Amino acid sequence: MDIEERKMRLRWGCVAIAVNMAMLVSLAGCGHTHAQTDNQQPSPSEKVSLPPLRWGADAEGGAPYIFYDPERPDQLIGFEVDLIRALERELGRRIEHQQYDFKKLVDGLERGDIDLAMNGLEITPDRQKRVRFSRPYYVFKLQLVTREGETAINSLRDCVEQRARVGTLENTAASRLLEELGVPTFLYDSQVTPFEDLAVGRLDAVLMDVPIVLYHGRNKPGLRLVEPLVSGRGYYAIAFRKDDEELARQFDAALERLLASGELRRIYEKWGLWNTSQEEIYPPNQFGLELARQEISTQPLAGWSFGSYFPLLLRAAWLTVELTVLSMAVAVVIGLILAVCRLYGPYPLQLLALCYVEFFRGIPVLLLLYFLYFGLPAIGQVFGWDVALRWSPFVTAVIGLGLNYAAYEAEIYRAAISSIPRAQWEAAASLGLTPMQTFRRIILPQALRIILPPSTTDFVALFKDTSLAGTITVVELSKQYQILSTSGADYRALVEIGIATALLYLLMAVPLGYLSRRLEERWHAGHLVEGRH
Amino acid sequence: MFEIEIRGLVKRLGGRTILNGIELTIEQGETLAVLGPSGSGKSTLLRCLNALTAFDAGQIRVGDIVLRPGKVPRDVAIQVRRQLGMVFQDFALFPHLRAIDNVALGPRLVLGLTKEQARQRGVQLLKRVGLQHRAEAFPAQLSGGEKQRVAIARALAMEPKGLLCDEITSALDPELKWEVLSVLADLKKDGLTMVVVTHEVGFARRVADRVCILSDGQILEVGLPQQVLENPKTARVQQFLARVMT
Ligand SMILES: Nc1ncnc2c1ncn2[C@@H]1O[C@H](COP(=O)(O)OP(=O)(O)O)[C@@H](O)[C@H]1O
Ligand SMILES: [Mg+2]
Repeated sequence: MDIEERKMRLRWGCVAIAVNMAMLVSLAGCGHTHAQTDNQQPSPSEKVSLPPLRWGADAEGGAPYIFYDPERPDQLIGFEVDLIRALERELGRRIEHQQYDFKKLVDGLERGDIDLAMNGLEITPDRQKRVRFSRPYYVFKLQLVTREGETAINSLRDCVEQRARVGTLENTAASRLLEELGVPTFLYDSQVTPFEDLAVGRLDAVLMDVPIVLYHGRNKPGLRLVEPLVSGRGYYAIAFRKDDEELARQFDAALERLLASGELRRIYEKWGLWNTSQEEIYPPNQFGLELARQEISTQPLAGWSFGSYFPLLLRAAWLTVELTVLSMAVAVVIGLILAVCRLYGPYPLQLLALCYVEFFRGIPVLLLLYFLYFGLPAIGQVFGWDVALRWSPFVTAVIGLGLNYAAYEAEIYRAAISSIPRAQWEAAASLGLTPMQTFRRIILPQALRIILPPSTTDFVALFKDTSLAGTITVVELSKQYQILSTSGADYRALVEIGIATALLYLLMAVPLGYLSRRLEERWHAGHLVEGRH
Repeated sequence: MFEIEIRGLVKRLGGRTILNGIELTIEQGETLAVLGPSGSGKSTLLRCLNALTAFDAGQIRVGDIVLRPGKVPRDVAIQVRRQLGMVFQDFALFPHLRAIDNVALGPRLVLGLTKEQARQRGVQLLKRVGLQHRAEAFPAQLSGGEKQRVAIARALAMEPKGLLCDEITSALDPELKWEVLSVLADLKKDGLTMVVVTHEVGFARRVADRVCILSDGQILEVGLPQQVLENPKTARVQQFLARVMT
């Protein structure tokens, strides 16, 4: 067994940071009991009159599990949709799809919003604590995808050794595995974007569940599916509330029947998902589930201790600081140029600067980040500049936040500079200083005292706005919190993590705010330096 | 021979004629006091002399530098400003710099002195206006009279041949005016050429070599102080003087 193999065995089942637990919000939900009327167990004869079951699944970018048919966008399709139809027939009961955020599925069950969750949901020990899983219906493995020219990457080990940039979905077996291995990981919400980023070179590889790879990666030109598959396996199963044991049993039995009749295999073959791994779920008993338990539960709940998550938060906090400082640097430089253009530039330049300010103050930062990250490379491609315009997530965030805040800074600087009396210009001129010297030595230093307090306030605002970078895969503090909080921590750990995150933010923001007020007091009220005697 | 010669100076602003054919020669070492009602164009005259503003007709000669109508070229402006220092009514000190740095800034940036040389010159000049003990103070910590003396030292640090003073005591309390005016009297003894716009008739009488009365952009009268101040030729000058001297 090579290192990789061993690691796989150990980890991927057992990395216990399991998917999908609530954000703090769901604390509220945990006290709820479900309306009993919804959950009364029906006797078989009552089947027909029963209300439809609510099936929670995320159809947003959910191919090939469940997604909207590109040709008939009002139709849901996918192998899980087919499976649900087959189960409906077996059970004689209608099952309705309910759109539900993937990360919130378990909460949804507990809240009673849905009756079952089936959405490529893998069995993990953490989830097993909260839900009753059916027998598995699919055995999945992980597969690496890379670019055609990329000959150096042929296994996960290559990724580790070369510190390759690997993209995957948040809170999946793949993301936990990558994190365990210490590979530079880029986390995505969407199943499509990682492959696009791989194609354009923002990533060196993508690691995902085989079904996703088969659907999204197979026919993409320029991509190469790495064989063999990553060793180790996981199991998709249907999740029910723990107290819905009877319903779960009905589904278990129905799944067995679909397995035995070959119906399940037909569905998988239709979607190109059938492979030999599926043999493992065949024995019509609990074998599959037992196997899953063995594989996955070797190391249940790898310690949600302070020591295990705090370093992650700390690292993210540091990244947040870097992001803030660099973005502010961009904002200050561009802001100053804009202010000078607006004050002293020739008319067209003044107008241009004004347009810049109005434009960037008018559009949401989030939109700007999306545009820079997804839109710009696409536009660049048309002109053959795609390489130059394809910035890393971090660089994109710095530029996006910087461009946005530059507009606000520019206005602060302009107001401050124009508030310096004309007499200062004339006095400097009468000494023979050039306008440039005057600006640098006389005007700017005085303007700085007016600029600093509001600018510090902006800095704090920017500091908090860095959380938006999470949307383009930068794992700053908020994103890290989000990832941790949806990774299967229990409520105690959730509260701890929430508090730790908030404290980290406060620890950084409060001194800044304090500094800002101090500067204001000292320089405004005291008129420059009245304080020193 | 350093002298300031103004020929047919006309300055218009916003359709109004602010200065209307000024003819004036200020000789080397002379102190000329310029008096006149508010709005008569006194500040504008000084600003024209220092190339802080362009004029419309006539000619100004400062030493061997000639200013002509229209925008003054940057290098000519800088030359003329090195010949003529200027002190303003509202001090216009640089509030973010200590007194010594206010004085040393010009020598360092414009004359290219080293930091140490510029500082030494600053100390010397502060001593000359009696403020060596306030060298490290910021403008906000100085009294009005002290501020204005620092401003004079700042102008002198460029080693000008002449000094233009625009109502430099108007913003001061009466008891502080003398400390500034006595500095001017000292400078006169050192042979500095000065154009002093002022409302202090007493100062004009005792210190000035000649007095010039400006009204509506024109010179009404120019001559020796006794002559102009005691026996003005025109009724308008008499009226004006009667008002200022009460
Ligand atoms: N920027 C300007 N635009 C238009 N008129 C001005 C401007 N500056 C000064 N003036 C006018 O020029 C005249 C002379 O001003 P000034 O030289 O400051 O007078 P003084 O110093 O004698 O009081 C005044 O009537 C004033 O209103
Ligand atoms: Mg004036």
